[in-house]
Amino acid sequence: MNPLPKLDTIWVYLAASPLLGLTLTLVAYLIAINVYTRFRFNPLANPVLIAVAIVVAALKLTGTPYRTYFEGAQFVHFLLGPATVALALPLYRQWSKLKRAALPLVGGLVAGSLAAIMSAVGIAALFGASRQTLASLAPKSVTTPIAMAVAEKIGGIPSLTAVLVITTGVFGAVTARWILRVLRIEELEVRGFAIGVASHGIGTARAFQVSEEMGAFAGLGMGLNGVFTAFVVPVLLPVLLRWV
Amino acid sequence: MLRSLATLLVFQCLGESVSYVFALPVPGPVIGMLLLFAFVMMRPPAADALEPTALELLRHLSLLFVPAGVGIMVSAQAVRGEALAVITSLVVSTVLGIAVTALVTRALLRRQRRRLVAAEGDA
Repeated sequence: MNPLPKLDTIWVYLAASPLLGLTLTLVAYLIAINVYTRFRFNPLANPVLIAVAIVVAALKLTGTPYRTYFEGAQFVHFLLGPATVALALPLYRQWSKLKRAALPLVGGLVAGSLAAIMSAVGIAALFGASRQTLASLAPKSVTTPIAMAVAEKIGGIPSLTAVLVITTGVFGAVTARWILRVLRIEELEVRGFAIGVASHGIGTARAFQVSEEMGAFAGLGMGLNGVFTAFVVPVLLPVLLRWV
Repeated sequence: MLRSLATLLVFQCLGESVSYVFALPVPGPVIGMLLLFAFVMMRPPAADALEPTALELLRHLSLLFVPAGVGIMVSAQAVRGEALAVITSLVVSTVLGIAVTALVTRALLRRQRRRLVAAEGDA
């Protein structure tokens, strides 16, 4: 007797309801957090990366389409909204510190954000990427909803931008420690702010795992760069495209 | 906790409305964050009440990116022909973004501190 066909039908039955996608997301995340803790919070063991890998493997193995999975996972995805609103609280707690550093932070934001946008578009253009891909790349350093809205406005592909945003976030969260170490940046507020500006919410999540202060500065960097990018990219991209 | 969650959602709704009414490129939750920030600045006791829920949500911020991250599965094909261009661009621009932000912010912070010390010396 082969029990596998039976297991198959159970999966198909469960996959029909949102229950499976939600359960799979939470269990994969708990496993990822466990791994991350065991590796003593080494950025290479990034929980988003591990959890996504587990879920993708499970979906591929069972031939479950993304759309079916998302029926359940959307409840988790939805919480990104209230979580963004919740960033107001660490911001409030660190306000006196943030206010004193306001001008240096704005200076760093403008320089870092422009460097990221221009190099992203410039390098991809050198490699001969299409205009649509360039437009999808330009807003990739900021949080998903802003980046997707901007991409749509400037002729990019929003779903491609979403993937680029997540990849940028994971890459930034994984490598920030080494980049900042090479540059000998020790100040927690500068470290947090740079991670938030360059790798939005995933970088901010990583910063919160280090300390609340670093998280607050990362959250501020992410928010400021979101607003800055939303206004600057639609104006800047046509200029950049004329050069390339 | 329920009250705090409701408060966060109310501010998200307010943010979405502002973003929609003024046709802003900035999404609702970000405006909601700014509105909530203004609110707790005016009413500090509200911050104490909201804080436990807010921090609990932020502690698991990584979890909230998993569903969108799994989307790579479907959208990865879109750049198949341009994978090298996209990957090089992502890697270099992210490293530059972190490095430039950190270096410029630190340089400006140090300059500000030197000026403050100099001003205190003059006084």
